[in-house]
Amino acid sequence: MSTDTGTASGTHPALQEEPLVAGNLSFHDITELVSRHTEKRTPLAWFGAFAIANILLLTLLVCIAYLFWNGTGVWGLNNPVGWGYAIVNFVFWVGIGHAGTLISAILFLFRQQWRTAINRSAEAMTLFAVMCALIFPGIHVGRVWAAYWMLPIPNQMEMWPQFKSPLLWDVFAVSVYFTVSLVFWYVGLVPDLATLRDRATKKLRRRVLGFFSMGWTGANRHWRNYEKAYLLLAALATPLVLSVHSVVSFDFAVSIVPGWHTTIFPPYFVAGAIFSGFAMVVTLLVIARKVYGIEDIITISHLEKMNIIILLTGTMVGFAYITEFFIAWYSGVQYEVFAFKNRAFGPYAWAYWTMMSCNLIFPQLFWIKRLRRSIPFMFVLSILVNIGMWFERFVITVTSLHRDYLPSSWDYYTPTAIDVLTFVGSFGLFFTMFLLFLRFVPMVAISEVKAVLPEADPHFYGHGDGQTGAHPPTLTPTVD
Amino acid sequence: MPQIFPKKANIVPTISLLGLVGGGIATVFLIWYYFSPEYTDVGYAPEQPVPYSHAFHVGELGLQCQYCHNNVEIADHANIPATQTCMNCHGQIKTDSQKLIPVRESWASDEPIEWINVHMLPDYARFSHSVHVTNGVGCETCHGRVDQMEVVSQVEPLSMGWCIECHRQPELYLRPPDEVTTMGYVQPADFVSRNLERIANERIQPPTNCSACHY
Repeated sequence: MSTDTGTASGTHPALQEEPLVAGNLSFHDITELVSRHTEKRTPLAWFGAFAIANILLLTLLVCIAYLFWNGTGVWGLNNPVGWGYAIVNFVFWVGIGHAGTLISAILFLFRQQWRTAINRSAEAMTLFAVMCALIFPGIHVGRVWAAYWMLPIPNQMEMWPQFKSPLLWDVFAVSVYFTVSLVFWYVGLVPDLATLRDRATKKLRRRVLGFFSMGWTGANRHWRNYEKAYLLLAALATPLVLSVHSVVSFDFAVSIVPGWHTTIFPPYFVAGAIFSGFAMVVTLLVIARKVYGIEDIITISHLEKMNIIILLTGTMVGFAYITEFFIAWYSGVQYEVFAFKNRAFGPYAWAYWTMMSCNLIFPQLFWIKRLRRSIPFMFVLSILVNIGMWFERFVITVTSLHRDYLPSSWDYYTPTAIDVLTFVGSFGLFFTMFLLFLRFVPMVAISEVKAVLPEADPHFYGHGDGQTGAHPPTLTPTVD
Repeated sequence: MPQIFPKKANIVPTISLLGLVGGGIATVFLIWYYFSPEYTDVGYAPEQPVPYSHAFHVGELGLQCQYCHNNVEIADHANIPATQTCMNCHGQIKTDSQKLIPVRESWASDEPIEWINVHMLPDYARFSHSVHVTNGVGCETCHGRVDQMEVVSQVEPLSMGWCIECHRQPELYLRPPDEVTTMGYVQPADFVSRNLERIANERIQPPTNCSACHY
């Protein structure tokens, strides 16, 4: 196979980009590299990881059962702090869920071809994160059997949800987001599922994959419809990236609590969501690319690009933190000034400075190219970012509430073991789903990665005149 | 490659989609009806310790409702009469009736008769008989034709939606306060405009906020 990709030759070396797919992989190599993990016998290591994830998932279920049996008194909520871990975890998980759609929709519309290597797993991660997020509003209502009241369903009480409440907008925003993400992810999967179907040797596997690939044959007409649908879905999903977390921020911003009542919240929440989402994608893919041997498809260059986005959004979030302080001072509202002074120097100063260092200070190290391309460094930093983003929500929720307007009711919020275990358990659900995804679904968008190979360019084999040129296609697979 | 599914499988996606949408809608409607008091509570007619017939006492003899339920105009709760009230008459008539044995026993032992509550509201819903009765909500509107009941049964759902329907449009249900206890009352032709006038003059404003009943 050729080493000359044919696209960058002749341009200035500084403008040359690294190839999107390394290792001179052929079309068939890519199919093999991705498909084989769903076809071979399940490795023992997978079962090990799955068992750990299942134990965590069981923890979550036990905590939820205990909560249902006893009521929300098992949580650490107290009188001024009526919103604790449940909302913190909800916003945390929804935020993580933002990277997937950004990668799949916005980067698609902007023709960022590097998205192809990571979009499938990022979208899957999005779905699982939103599932984790959806648990918390569901269980935090004191009477779970009435949780369906969140939805506008006709009922004998002739009662409707409060359409003026941002909490209801949340229900719509997040459920629409989940539905659109799921459809988008599934539509993208269809050609790859058909690839797996055609490779399947067992009858049952062929039938199951045949069902989910919806009769895809790869005909020209199928591709035309598919690409049109994909483009339309991308256009539909793009506003959601911005709207969902804006609506989540309204939960706080629409209220009049000092520290919450801020117009900067929607953009700052969206930036934070993308920040944490990308960090989670980096955390997961750094491991997955190594374990599954797809380092040639998800290259250092891909990770570096994500790290640049982390640097960008982290700085935006940090800028928002500082702006909040400025506005608190500039507004001249003493309650606002107090709320922010209390954040940075009050009883929760430890949480505030954890947030500041993880979200604003540490990501600045990504200005250094060597660190941006260092696997161990980015792995640690991506985890720190998510710790920081969790603390951001904790700081916003708890510090504003624990010093409310009435000093006699001031209190200190401490989570209970159930609070902590429920949160830890939600990672069990997340990893259980993600492991199932890695095992049964092609974790990279095979057809899309092939489309960004230089060989996919119709003029690749010739010189623009339709002639077969110096680089004939490879016919023999180079990977078993 | 041979086809994986036969041609008739083409119908499956259509049917599943229709089933999903139709099933979803059907579930909502089924729960709407079958989980509501209109289905679960209407027609509840427990057997009482004394086979007291409202049809006979009210329908034939013409007893006033307030003769027995004497607190209904001044209290939230429409009381069940004390044994004393029964004995006002039955101390002298039908003194040897088999059916009245529990009443006489109660009278002798000073232990109240354990009547069974027919119209039950949940603990978290407050209802005041006095407010409704004094403003012109007929007994019949909620309890039905008690004057025709051998055994008292629940005829209205007493669900929240049912309450709210009247609270939103009281002009469709109110009657003049002196007709409250009338059974089989027929509204005059212009009752809506008359009621609207009353509502305006007397400032009858049935609340529809949550804490009106749930507090």
